[in-house]
Amino acid sequence: MKDYRTITKIAGPLIFVEKTDPVMFGEIANILLPDGTVKRGQVLDTSRDQVVVQIFEGTAGIGISSGVRFLGETLKMPVSRDIIGRILSGSGDPLDGGPPVIPDKKLDINGSAINPYARESPKEFIQTGISTIDGTNTLVRGQKLPIFSGSGLPHNEMALQIARQAKVLGTGEDFAVVFAAMGITHEEAEHFMDDFERTGALKRAVVFLNLADDPAIERLITPRLALTTAEYLAFDLDMHVLVIMTDITNYCEALRQIGAAREEVPGRRGYPGYMYTDLATLYERAGKVKGKKGSITQIPILSMPGDDITHPIPDLTAYITEGQIVASRELHMGGIYPPVNVSASLSRLMNAGIGPGMTREDHKVVSDQLYAAYARGKDLRGIVAIVGKESLSEKDAKFLEFADLFEKRFIKQDANENRTIEGTLELSWELLNSIPEDELSRIDAKFIQKYHPAHRSAAQPAKQAPPGKAAPKAKAPAPKTAPQKK
Amino acid sequence: MNRKGEVYRVAGPVVTAKGISPSMSDVVLVGNERLMGEVIKIMGDQSVIQVYEETSGIKPGEPIEETGEAMMLELGPGLLGTVYDGIQRPLSVLMEKEGTFIRRGATANGLDRETKWPISITVKPGDQLKGGDIIAETKEKNVVHRIMVPPNLGGTVAQVFPGEKTVDEVIVKLTNGTELRPMHRWPVRVPRPATGRLMPDVPLTTGQRILDTMFPLAKGGTAAIPGGFGTGKTVTQQQLAKWSDADIVIYVGCGERGNEMTEVLTEFPALTDPKTGDALINRTVLIANTSNMPVAAREASVYTGVTIAEYYRDMGYDVSLMADSTSRWAEAMKEISSRLEEMPGEEGYPAYLSSRLSQFYERGGRTNNLNGTRGSISIIGAVSPAGGDFSEPVTQNTLRIVKVFWALDTKLRERRHFPAINWLTSYSLYSQTLEGWYQDNVDPEWKQLREWTMSLLQKEAELLEIAQLVGTDAMPKEQRLTLEMARMVREIFLQQSAFHEVDTYSSMKRQFTLLNCIKIYSDAAAAALARNVSLHDIASLPIRTELTRAKFEKDMDTILASLATRIRPEMEKLKEAAA
Repeated sequence: MKDYRTITKIAGPLIFVEKTDPVMFGEIANILLPDGTVKRGQVLDTSRDQVVVQIFEGTAGIGISSGVRFLGETLKMPVSRDIIGRILSGSGDPLDGGPPVIPDKKLDINGSAINPYARESPKEFIQTGISTIDGTNTLVRGQKLPIFSGSGLPHNEMALQIARQAKVLGTGEDFAVVFAAMGITHEEAEHFMDDFERTGALKRAVVFLNLADDPAIERLITPRLALTTAEYLAFDLDMHVLVIMTDITNYCEALRQIGAAREEVPGRRGYPGYMYTDLATLYERAGKVKGKKGSITQIPILSMPGDDITHPIPDLTAYITEGQIVASRELHMGGIYPPVNVSASLSRLMNAGIGPGMTREDHKVVSDQLYAAYARGKDLRGIVAIVGKESLSEKDAKFLEFADLFEKRFIKQDANENRTIEGTLELSWELLNSIPEDELSRIDAKFIQKYHPAHRSAAQPAKQAPPGKAAPKAKAPAPKTAPQKK
Repeated sequence: MNRKGEVYRVAGPVVTAKGISPSMSDVVLVGNERLMGEVIKIMGDQSVIQVYEETSGIKPGEPIEETGEAMMLELGPGLLGTVYDGIQRPLSVLMEKEGTFIRRGATANGLDRETKWPISITVKPGDQLKGGDIIAETKEKNVVHRIMVPPNLGGTVAQVFPGEKTVDEVIVKLTNGTELRPMHRWPVRVPRPATGRLMPDVPLTTGQRILDTMFPLAKGGTAAIPGGFGTGKTVTQQQLAKWSDADIVIYVGCGERGNEMTEVLTEFPALTDPKTGDALINRTVLIANTSNMPVAAREASVYTGVTIAEYYRDMGYDVSLMADSTSRWAEAMKEISSRLEEMPGEEGYPAYLSSRLSQFYERGGRTNNLNGTRGSISIIGAVSPAGGDFSEPVTQNTLRIVKVFWALDTKLRERRHFPAINWLTSYSLYSQTLEGWYQDNVDPEWKQLREWTMSLLQKEAELLEIAQLVGTDAMPKEQRLTLEMARMVREIFLQQSAFHEVDTYSSMKRQFTLLNCIKIYSDAAAAALARNVSLHDIASLPIRTELTRAKFEKDMDTILASLATRIRPEMEKLKEAAA
């Protein structure tokens, strides 16, 4: 292999090399520094005249006289079963003092697109034990559901709680956690590692750490190494893999840095125009496929600059992911954990994972009713601020009260509180009991008969006709429609 | 033909070649793996190519081969029910060949070469044929597939060959030597010709109340659905694909989620067309180029979709084309444009964004076809504006072209009002032209009822502003009644659940009856209020709950018929109670 000493230009993270033999697009290069250290880079642009290489570890120390060696292959990740339990750097080198991973396979870190025809619809309900997720923004296996947060909000706590508690009801299948840290601080990383260790999760985890003081450009490959590993675990070893990636904002900053160094035409807020496609090549690696047992579920975490959800990073992310869990500074300040802004959050795959046989038949309507009632209550807060509480009608006052109850009892829970889905739904009915029954317009009469506390306490023990006020007509068919419908 | 050159430069999906002299938009095969690409710029002896696949691993010096033709589609029987990627490779075939992941360089014919189609020839020797004429018929799924002379050919029939044929066997021979097959090829970027355009005056009914009644789309019309993330663009598009009364549906998933395409793939075969009772998938062609698939193929995917749409239109069918999302298509243009280092226009989009968009939407329309049939293509494009801000270039340029605007609203989404279409900002320029149809086919009262609804909702918006300031209790009771009635319209009529087995589709007749019941309630309520009945009693009349829930009941028609007669007497009883 030739060593070229033909670097003509060094700018930011990029070096420009001339007079080379043909070099592949995406090829890996080693840069040999005079002091003997070796830096790694990847080809971004190649032609007969000039090759542009991005250096992962930063260009400090590289000079015109440094040697460049092209390795003749694109970036690959060595994987084997033994990778589980390992802690690796953002470039995939061991950080835990252990030996390098002896590869069973070496996989291209860019992966390939999953054929949409080969995908299977994600529909297995994952119980996270968090009401605001299970009840109103349900997560399913194979989904990508990001947490949109802001600086100073407890998104890490939330991610950890999900990782600790997540399970699919009634199964004891093989699972693993892949954790990719991009530019988070030592302290944050320590926090994650401690929790993994304390709960024994580390034995089933693969950790990739690119910390705040590690080279920024390395962040571009960290999530790809993690996802390549996840694909191997899921589709070669039949495991259910939960991938946590934090913080996507740091990843996008690195992307912008490369774009600027290449003097590309910038898009919105200076981020490159291809950021959507680039992010898609990460997020779309979640899923379930036909004929394979395993699955990849992703929880990317990103901090919204200035809490602005229209910022390009959260905006583009939400156009790719299947919903989002939005953290609210207002709730956090109000002492509510997890501070989930329920109105702005969404799980697009929720409907596939809930209902009879999966959670409970009344799940969807109850969730819709909670949303609607909470929205109405929050609107009324605005009015009360102007005209005062006295001018509210009796009914409106009930909704106002509901909004408070909803935040204090439904949203708020302990970081170690693991609620069952039954528990979450029972709690929902209890809260809905505080608003007039004829306002429950989203719920079919048969469910009101079956689950509403007012009817249950009256109907079940005494076995007499419930003294319902609403929908007397709909009572008759209720018992026969309730149990069936798969 | 097949001149060879070599790769000079590779930068992402853009490859520069030397030593070939193609024409613009020609297809070339790049590298040792012969990846498909299209010429997008020519500078002297260098040609710039956008490659439809991942380019890593390609190096300068690898061969480049010319094909001498533009990107072509294969048109013939076998399209329906198939799922293609952006460059017409059937994804099911790719899966058989390559497994779970799409490996690059994979090739597959657009149409299956093995299947034998029973062909009945409709011409005889001596007949004069011109481009577009129907020469044979076959049964594709449950659709009569009319095989046509390619628009650019013609002549006198010399011989016919009926029977069971594959798509590339000759079925008609002309005296000038031309051989016609069930399949022909057509360049994807060239609109298929038609003799003339017709005014769109028949609605494309969709079974969605807010669309059909408030903001209707005509067959052959164009519509845009812009909305921030999570507002329900895709659900609305899928509802339209499921329930619109088009003969053929082309669904282009352009740069969207893989799981969404899977949902369509698993749902459509299970659903039946309300008109024919046949599985929906059998009238549908799906084009899936998800966000992580190569960006250049994404750019091509909408053209692939509209060309297939034109092909079925030429047979005399009403086709509807859903493009989800045109913003991702525009972004693909932007990405390629920036790789070419072109001078950017607004927000980094290329300066030709607006003309590309209008060229695309103009391929829709209702036409007199070359063979004398009439067909239509209705185009419904989803737009995903950055930050949900409708002032961005893709939304604005789209609005200048389309006639129907269904504005999705994040506020409505947050309160779970679905479909989250804002009734104050949406519009349809077809509502006037379609009035006649509705009066003849639905009800003579249709126009009045629609206008009543519109003005009620308008009034509500004004009153709500006041209510924000003074609270509803301080408002006169007439105004409070208006608010209450508008709420009924919103909750009962405008809200519609795509996931409820009954509510998901509402026939035109039902839409009218349901809305009419609300109007009866409103009129009776106004009368009662004038007689000094308390607003609380009016608003909480038990029959209202029945009306609210009627749309979820299977025997909704009987319930509504009974409600229509019972509302007024019930309301009149109230007067006695209050007196």
